[in-house]
Amino acid sequence: MTAPAIRFEQVSRHFGEVKAVDNVDLEIHDGEFFSMLGPSGSGKTTCLRMIAGFDRPTSGHIFLYGQDVSDLPPYERNVNTVFQDYALFPHMTVEDNVAYGLMIKGIAKETRKKRVDEMLELVRLPKFGSRKPSQLSGGQRQRVALARALINHPKVLLLDEPLGALDLKLRQQMQVELKSIQQRVGITFIFVTHDQEEALTMSDRIAVFNEGKIVQVGTPPEIYESPASPFVAGFVGTSNLISGEVAKRLTGSEQMFSVRPEKIRLSFANDRPETDMISVDGIVRDVIYLGLFTRYLVEVEDGADLVVIEQNLKTTSMDVLSAKGQKVRLHWHKDHISHVGA
Amino acid sequence: MVYLVVVYLGSLFSLLLNSFFYLEEFTGLVVRQFTLRTYAQLFTPTNLGIFGRTATMALIVTIADIIIAFPLAYYIARFASPRSKTYLYIAVTLPLWSSYLVRVYAWKLILAKEGIISWFFDLFGIQFILDKILSIPSIGGSSLSLSPLGMFIAFCYIWLPYMIVPIQTALERVPKSLLEASSDLGANARQTFQHVILPMAFPGVVAGSIFTFSLTLGDFIIPQSLGNSRYFIGQAVYSYQGTAGNIPLAAAMTMGPVVIMVVYLLIARKLGAFDAL
Repeated sequence: MTAPAIRFEQVSRHFGEVKAVDNVDLEIHDGEFFSMLGPSGSGKTTCLRMIAGFDRPTSGHIFLYGQDVSDLPPYERNVNTVFQDYALFPHMTVEDNVAYGLMIKGIAKETRKKRVDEMLELVRLPKFGSRKPSQLSGGQRQRVALARALINHPKVLLLDEPLGALDLKLRQQMQVELKSIQQRVGITFIFVTHDQEEALTMSDRIAVFNEGKIVQVGTPPEIYESPASPFVAGFVGTSNLISGEVAKRLTGSEQMFSVRPEKIRLSFANDRPETDMISVDGIVRDVIYLGLFTRYLVEVEDGADLVVIEQNLKTTSMDVLSAKGQKVRLHWHKDHISHVGA
Repeated sequence: MVYLVVVYLGSLFSLLLNSFFYLEEFTGLVVRQFTLRTYAQLFTPTNLGIFGRTATMALIVTIADIIIAFPLAYYIARFASPRSKTYLYIAVTLPLWSSYLVRVYAWKLILAKEGIISWFFDLFGIQFILDKILSIPSIGGSSLSLSPLGMFIAFCYIWLPYMIVPIQTALERVPKSLLEASSDLGANARQTFQHVILPMAFPGVVAGSIFTFSLTLGDFIIPQSLGNSRYFIGQAVYSYQGTAGNIPLAAAMTMGPVVIMVVYLLIARKLGAFDAL
């Protein structure tokens, strides 16, 4: 069994009083597409920068395939980064940008040229070699940055919110493309993002960060279906968190649980609860029609507000909007609740 | 816009126009008639000497200022804390707040035979070194203040802020992520400097050199106050339009630096100095 691609051993990074990264242990496997997900200031970017070598841990160790790299400068680590702002060299052509790593290593010009062409082919930008970065669109710069990093065959590729500046369509297209490039080159990708949908789409595993700590590590289904804490339940997708008296009445225990909005069925008739279903009555307080689906805000007895999402399979906007203020009954299967800590 | 065309370009055009007139030698009056004879007068050995001397001085002052300014600008842009950056910036521009004439005369005193520099050489008993330097033909003279070397020192000092500020600005504009990217791709500090910082600072160097070069070309105070009595372009123009009353020749002479600057800018463009603008 090979050593993990990246291993964090009780890594902390403090900036004065602020604990940006607080005692993190983490293992990232070889060849994995791993996402670090969290709100801004949660420590995910600092972790990435410590892997790259731009930042050093205050304490603890970072291992790259078993080698302790905690104190190596960036240029002595076999990892490469795709920067959030792409950081392409404005005074160089696309070709020179991509060839930069090879040029520094002193690789002959002909070999360089050949590999640059291969890389531009991989990111589907052939014939762009002689352009300047300023002549490219955001998506194209993104690809150049990717090519510039991948040409060095890094052991690990770090991506710092690389899709943040792209519009939605392009972002979704790049998500698919990144994943397919990762599978083709077989390199470990570590992807930092604050966009939970992005993380769920691409990752083999996700680490959810909050306040300098990792609060949960798991596959996308694990993270989505069994969030380990109220924070994860709230940050990854939308969740209805229910606790206290209401929880006791519905599940027989006061322990907090979460149920996803799309798991809840909404009916207007006072139909009898089926077996294994949990039912609760409420009043529709707000209706938001979103085309593909409708989001309802339902106030249930005892004052809790639940979000319900229903696909508009048969209903029209007229139907759903008229639901506002009506009494409804909500049902969900008891397997669809997950107890969260605290 | 109107202001720019009328006041700025208009006066330049009037200059150009005047340079095509000529001075009637007997009457001492300007004849407003198109001729190239004034330009022909520029090509006498004396006037060519003035052009050559001034352009050479401008060139070596520019080179010296680049060498002095770059490390300073680099320090201010990259290493100084935000607080000390402000102070350094003020320190660089402070001399510009005081009168140019005062500073030139200060240098005249510093460089004089009885001045502080010669006093220092005397103090350490190495006066002979200064004498040796001053005995070199074409840069030496009877004292530092009366030598081209002294002029060179004063020029370098006077125009230095105009070189530091653009270089510093250019260096400040290099985003930190570019330096990190270079390091990430395997470049050590020296390689990053060579391949990223230096090329990106180059437009600043060129901008600064346009100032130092053109200001030296046109200056007449320093050659008048310091140095030997050999003319520079500025002095020649000054005396032609003043005492000699030869406005056409003064105008033609002024076109010299204009042409030299145009050539200079074309070379700078060829070197890619304006690509990043």
